[in-house]
Amino acid sequence: MQENLFVAGHTACPGCGQAIAARLVMNAAGKNTIATNATGCLEVFSTGFPHTSWKIAWIHSLFENSAAVASGIEAALRHLGRKENINVIAQGGDGGTADIGLQALSGMLERGHDVLYVMYDNEAYMNTGIQRSGMTPPFSNTTTSPPGKYSLGNPRPKKPMVEICAAHGIPYSASTSVGYFRDVEKKVKKALSIKGPKFLHIFVPCPLGWRHSSSQTLEIAKLVVETGLFPVVEYEDGRLTNVMRFKELKPVEEFLKLQGRFKHLMKDSPEVKSAIEFLNQVVKYNIEKYELIKK
Amino acid sequence: MFVPIVSKPGTSIHNKTGTWRVKQKPKFLQQNCIACNMCFLICPEGCISGEGKNTYKADYDYCKGCGLCAYICPKNDIVMVDEKEDVK
Amino acid sequence: MKVFIEGSHAVAEAVKRCKPGVVCAYPITPQTHIVERLSEMVADGDLKAEFINVESEHSAASVVLGSTATGVRSYTATSSQGLMLMAEVLFNIAGMRLPVVLTCVNRSLSAPINIWNDHQDSMSLRDAGWIQLYAENNQEVHDLHFIAYRIAEEKNIMLPCMVCMDGYILSHGYEVVDLAEQEMVDKFLPPYQPEYKLDPENPLTLGLLGDPNYYMETRWAIQETMEEALALLPKIESEFSEIFKRQQPVLVEEYKTQDAEKILLALGSVAGTVKEVVDELREEGEKVGLLRIIAFRPFPKDQVFNALKNADKIGILDKSISLGSVSPVYMEISSLFQERGINKNISGFVAGLGGRDITPEVVKEIFKLLDEKPQAVRFVDLREWYSEKSPVYNWESVAQSTK
Repeated sequence: MQENLFVAGHTACPGCGQAIAARLVMNAAGKNTIATNATGCLEVFSTGFPHTSWKIAWIHSLFENSAAVASGIEAALRHLGRKENINVIAQGGDGGTADIGLQALSGMLERGHDVLYVMYDNEAYMNTGIQRSGMTPPFSNTTTSPPGKYSLGNPRPKKPMVEICAAHGIPYSASTSVGYFRDVEKKVKKALSIKGPKFLHIFVPCPLGWRHSSSQTLEIAKLVVETGLFPVVEYEDGRLTNVMRFKELKPVEEFLKLQGRFKHLMKDSPEVKSAIEFLNQVVKYNIEKYELIKK
Repeated sequence: MFVPIVSKPGTSIHNKTGTWRVKQKPKFLQQNCIACNMCFLICPEGCISGEGKNTYKADYDYCKGCGLCAYICPKNDIVMVDEKEDVK
Repeated sequence: MKVFIEGSHAVAEAVKRCKPGVVCAYPITPQTHIVERLSEMVADGDLKAEFINVESEHSAASVVLGSTATGVRSYTATSSQGLMLMAEVLFNIAGMRLPVVLTCVNRSLSAPINIWNDHQDSMSLRDAGWIQLYAENNQEVHDLHFIAYRIAEEKNIMLPCMVCMDGYILSHGYEVVDLAEQEMVDKFLPPYQPEYKLDPENPLTLGLLGDPNYYMETRWAIQETMEEALALLPKIESEFSEIFKRQQPVLVEEYKTQDAEKILLALGSVAGTVKEVVDELREEGEKVGLLRIIAFRPFPKDQVFNALKNADKIGILDKSISLGSVSPVYMEISSLFQERGINKNISGFVAGLGGRDITPEVVKEIFKLLDEKPQAVRFVDLREWYSEKSPVYNWESVAQSTK
């Protein structure tokens, strides 16, 4: 009987990518784990008192301090001489990690705490109602970056979190997508086998925020990688060691057309044409930087 | 007076989210199942279980009817049917 | 063991004897000497703790939240802006009923930026659910830390405690302090036994969402606990004097208040100056006294009332102000008498903000002002450097230059 360390009864939306990812992470980590969580969808839908979906030791404090609380837990375990046998995992959404949580994350990475930080990236502040974050992709429709007469949606690219963390000189910084759930498990296990600070960026679709059907979560989580928009990579000790490569990449339109948040890009206009061209340039950049095409 | 907000593990199982379903639910045909375990891995609720071929099924007390298990099954052994259909 | 020591180092010596497992702080003047000394102790193995140098006060408080939640006694210290930055974490710690001890080296609040002493910082956090103790001198600064851990970690209390000490005046002042013997501390302060903690052996979920069906009771519980702490503190005070063979008042200190007609109320080191003035005025035949409050939270209503009830005139000397209303200590005292339906002659004085020295002359002036009609808020020792006659600065000339 396979046991889940993140159980049913939580109030996530049907098809929630983050719920899948959290379960995969916890099951891969195992019972000897203490986890922290930033304020966000995952925390809210999994721990409405008195219900909790977590079967491991878990604490939520505030929005921006998941990494700092994890640092304190790790320090306490070291003091008690118990760190060897216990995994410490800090969790946060894209907002709670890349924006408001960046300071605490950077401090934790720099100090070298033996903690794995998992960032669940659904590309906006979803829990507060789909507002734009530093990880919102270009042209995404969010409530604070809506398309309109003078706008095509979010004007900025995603923060390169995997590289930012790798630049701290940590032993492991990687990205993955919930569309490749075996990869998620593998990377969690690999990270937890390494001593020191680790970072794992997991792409998780949000049916509600991205306006797609609940059964399309997996498809979208794979397409973002198959179009070259979200490279799945591993950095070990600052060097790029693994990349998920493809014989050929699918056109970005295949990813965009499934989601209501890109509906305004389905029009035929010169602005939309240059937006698509911009996205193709992003893919081109990724192809060059990571050698995404298999030789 | 000590009233901390602390919970014992896994108490969310008392919240039966199966009542969320309105349109559809998965029917596990249990005919061509190869026990690949993908449906167990993918379910956001973690309410699918099984041990061996043709034994996998969802716990309808929690299933929200998202359809991801039907999407992923490589043998098309899970189909989404109307909520009202009896799948026992 | 008596030593001639800087206040910050007296704190470090106290904290060392409490044997915390995690010490984490971010530097801010005038707290720095405390954590610097503690890091030396850790480096030399005199204190077996993890010393975490964090990137901000918000993270410092978060780290001690995490380590205390894991069942390890922890310590942090800060001042002023740092206290403000970690404010949300402090509310979080109290709400989670974690017995963290923090030293607030009282410093004024920006803007304008000012590194000198007043009580605006800790007073701004009086609503957070932390026990607050104010020290008058460096012996108290040393001893109150043992009491802080003791009351915070009491089984039925489990509330964080802030020891407040005046920045520069106490932190950088040298005094003779009798450092406590380790055996006495071990007798007085047992090891930390958490009511619950993060442990894979018994995996609990901490920090859940408390919706309107549940939230209110958690606040009521803290309020009840504050009452329980109030009842417990005198017992801890007696235990302290039994073990350490010296007195450390934990609620209030009454100085010549028995037959006093005029009583001044104060917190912290300024009480020392007031005591000197009280002695002088008593020589001249005036019946004056001082009531010093040590525990500001929980507020020791009964003790304060009993000390003040026979006085004709009461003056509140506050080193803080709730801008737009009255000063925090004035608020407590006037509501105290209001609750009991008594009309008392109470005057509120705001002094010493931004480190402006409260001299014996100023205190004498305040005693004199008690004879005037009572005012709720009166700023004392204001100086007109901002007027048109001033050679230093006047706004008119600056404004003109911008046209």
